[in-house]
Amino acid sequence: MSAIGIDDIEGALGVGQYEEEGEFPVEQGYIWTTCSSVENGNPLFWDPAVAEEITGGPIAPPTMVSVWFRPHHWAPDRSTPGLPLQVHFDLKEGLGLPEAVMSDNTIVFHEPVRPGDRLTTRQILRSVSDEKTTKLGTGRFWVIDVEYHNQRGDLVAVESYTGFGYRRAGEEAGE
Amino acid sequence: MTTPTLIHGTVEAGQHLPELSYPVTATTIVLGALAARDWRPMHHDKDFAVNRNGTRDIFLNTPNLASWFERYITDWTGPYGRLQRVTFRMKGSIFPGDTMVFAGIVTDTGIDATGCGWAALDITVSVDGDTKTSCTARVALPLDADDNPWARSGDRWTP
Repeated sequence: MSAIGIDDIEGALGVGQYEEEGEFPVEQGYIWTTCSSVENGNPLFWDPAVAEEITGGPIAPPTMVSVWFRPHHWAPDRSTPGLPLQVHFDLKEGLGLPEAVMSDNTIVFHEPVRPGDRLTTRQILRSVSDEKTTKLGTGRFWVIDVEYHNQRGDLVAVESYTGFGYRRAGEEAGE
Repeated sequence: MTTPTLIHGTVEAGQHLPELSYPVTATTIVLGALAARDWRPMHHDKDFAVNRNGTRDIFLNTPNLASWFERYITDWTGPYGRLQRVTFRMKGSIFPGDTMVFAGIVTDTGIDATGCGWAALDITVSVDGDTKTSCTARVALPLDADDNPWARSGDRWTP
């Protein structure tokens, strides 16, 4: 974890950081729990014959992709897990912008995720804007992609987050 | 043989998706938070939500809301519908006692360079007419009864 200052941005753009494997393989029980929580009766997730015919076997709902990376509430001998979207916090620190909001979130779906898959994730800084002033304050917009791959190296999804790090009006610039 | 429930050629811009209305309870919120592995207290502990977050109650977590949007879209398409992309804009929270209403409209349709048919959607979830989250989505649909968007991969899948 290292702050990304203004002089570090160019070197950080397009570079994969914080590669991490999920704590557990994609599993059927969580797929059912999630479908149950939203009363999703799509037969792809409940009827093995339909899944076999349409998707060549069971798959997970595509929008579950980030679920496979939320750490257990407790685990023995665990080291401190990194924050999700660590690059966002590295930018806040390095650019001296104490406040931040996420304005939108896009997920693009590639290969299906299947029970038993071991997924890895990495974060990639895509852009940082010039300084802008909004009603929140003065700061910069940035776009961070989170890429997800399966154990075969196939891309399964890309999440893009647009963040705005800022100082409230009247606050001094950070270090 | 499972018949596709929605064929690309029957969909056009301006078409409305059937509304979905759902009464939200504390169980909805807690079940959704645990399903999404989101252990943060504002999604299960009312005292924390009110006194620390300043909200009126526990509220629905964003990853579970994504699952609600997916369910809303695939209720309409059937199992052959394959999500290509979704974008969310969060505006407000959904609490126990709210009746959330999903509504959607087709904004565009097309067939991409690889021959994959798609429909673009604008979807909102609202409570008492106030939009709480809006979502734009693009979903691949079969061109005919022999087509299956899920059979696409590599260069033939450009979401």
